[in-house]
Amino acid sequence: MTKNIISIKNLHKSYGTKELETPVLRGIDLEVGEGEFLGIMGKSGAGKSTLMYQIGLLDHPTSGEIILNNVNTEKLSMEERTQLRLFELGYVFQDYALIPELSASENVMIPILMQGKSFDEAKKIGQNILDKVGLSNRTHNKPSALSGGEQQRVSIARAMAHNPKILFADEPTANLDTASGHSIIELFKDLHQRGQTIVMVTHEEEYAKYCNRIIHLEDGKIVKESKQK
Amino acid sequence: MISVGWFLAKRQVKGSNKSTTFLIVFIMMLTFLNLVVVSGILVGLIEGGNRANKDQYTGDVIITTIAGEPEISHTLELRSTLEKMQGISNVSIRYLEPVTIEANYKTRRDFSVLRDTAGTQIAGLTLEDEEALSGISRFVVEGDFLNENESGYILIGANLLHRYSADFGDFFASLEGVYPGEEVRVTVGDNTKTFIVKGILDTKVDQVSLRAFVTKADFLRLVDRTGLNANEIAIKISPNTGFTPDNIKSNLIKAGFGDDGKIQTATEAIPDFLNQITLAFGLLGNVIGLIGIVVASITIFIVIFINAVTRRKYIGIMKGIGISERAIEVSYVFQSIFYALLGGLLGLIVVYGLLVPFFYAHPLNFPFSDGILVAPVGETSFKFFLLLFVTIVAGYIPARQIVKKNTLDSILGR
Repeated sequence: MTKNIISIKNLHKSYGTKELETPVLRGIDLEVGEGEFLGIMGKSGAGKSTLMYQIGLLDHPTSGEIILNNVNTEKLSMEERTQLRLFELGYVFQDYALIPELSASENVMIPILMQGKSFDEAKKIGQNILDKVGLSNRTHNKPSALSGGEQQRVSIARAMAHNPKILFADEPTANLDTASGHSIIELFKDLHQRGQTIVMVTHEEEYAKYCNRIIHLEDGKIVKESKQK
Repeated sequence: MISVGWFLAKRQVKGSNKSTTFLIVFIMMLTFLNLVVVSGILVGLIEGGNRANKDQYTGDVIITTIAGEPEISHTLELRSTLEKMQGISNVSIRYLEPVTIEANYKTRRDFSVLRDTAGTQIAGLTLEDEEALSGISRFVVEGDFLNENESGYILIGANLLHRYSADFGDFFASLEGVYPGEEVRVTVGDNTKTFIVKGILDTKVDQVSLRAFVTKADFLRLVDRTGLNANEIAIKISPNTGFTPDNIKSNLIKAGFGDDGKIQTATEAIPDFLNQITLAFGLLGNVIGLIGIVVASITIFIVIFINAVTRRKYIGIMKGIGISERAIEVSYVFQSIFYALLGGLLGLIVVYGLLVPFFYAHPLNFPFSDGILVAPVGETSFKFFLLLFVTIVAGYIPARQIVKKNTLDSILGR
């Protein structure tokens, strides 16, 4: 039986003040097994990204329990959450989220350096991972000199450089043309085949079919769940 | 944390607008210069005068008469001891007497008008010794310096003459139109002798410009003195021997001359009111400099704040991927250090490479002194580190404010 790497119980998230509260997540229960490729789908405003931000420790839920790799995140301090994000989690954002004054290689190196590795070690790891995503000859380029697809590859490389337990991707293909989008999804497929746990938010059915499980959100609740082969 | 902060800072500075960076560094340099130079010039006004006083009058150690005593006792023994004492390069023995100098007596026709006189001190010198100690001959502005082989000649200090001292108003009596070659009458007690003006001496040291000078031989002929006890002994220390004025003073007192005359170092001989002025000017200069530091720190605050605010999204992203808040704050602190360090170092180069030597060679011309720039290394270093510290704080505060904002809000621009 596959171990659950993500376990969510009765997750609620609201924004605004007590007087004018806007609930976004209304009691989410979810479990994600290790090595699973989970797709989160739904209409705009359904709470897809909000759910991912809670699981990815980028935000605090209003109530509920989130357990990541057997760690109950409710009781973690801010520093512990940062450490967990640094060592266990990886992020791919919709708009690539690269640091503009750093080169592709340096963007990848930053979290590795933060982990305490030496500059040379970080550089070597960065180079290796950029090779794997097909950017071996673009390592010195700044984001402004890379195409959208290339920037997203760098973002993936940065997310993967420290071998995270879970990779979160928020609409990774939304700002890409079809060809680039396909190449990114192929990368994710490849990662998944190597055993990477991935949680991906997408609104595109053609990319969601790469996931082996999809949940559909509506008004902050899971309304449908499907498994793919 | 430090290495990541340093890495981010390097890249940010490298990637930033060069003109803006230059401007900020320039502001830091000007702030440092303001901090050092303003107080340095104000203090230098007095210090220039003090240095001139030492070079031209007191030497490194000066012995004068004890209050109530007419002379320095045991002058000859003292001189003999000084000649043998280690660390001393030059000694000038001066004989002083209050005199009245009268000018234009030959051309005076209207006897109802007061005689053209001025009261002063006449100094009898051994010319060679005085020249070696103070280089007195370089201050002759009219005529020539005295000659040991000549008799009957006098040097007049410029402030005794109306044409040199008119700017001082009626502060002291002065003589009209005395020129080299003319005769003056010098009266001390019942003795009056005629001297020919050999030259006019002009310096900013009153003890020189307000005196008249004759050779020791002429002095002794003018004044009824039986002994050879002097009134002033100026002592110059040999450079690079390790001896200090305090050493020489201490040695003289140990040798038993403490009761024969008032032994003071050049610093001790500075009138207390001048020391008070020095302190006040230094304080004033520091206050002005601190205002500059406040302005500079506000500049850095604004620069870092704008930088952090415009980069709030990237700060959020870095936090999101696991970069600690401290590392990000450290990167901004490093940037602040860069601006302050570079600006301060440039300021140091300007101060010690340009301004100090410039003002030494071309002092500011004030009536009472040649103003120099005083920038002691210890004090200047303190000001450098003060600027650095203030800049670090000014850079840290806005960085902290932005970095501690909610990570997701920063990423999403909420």
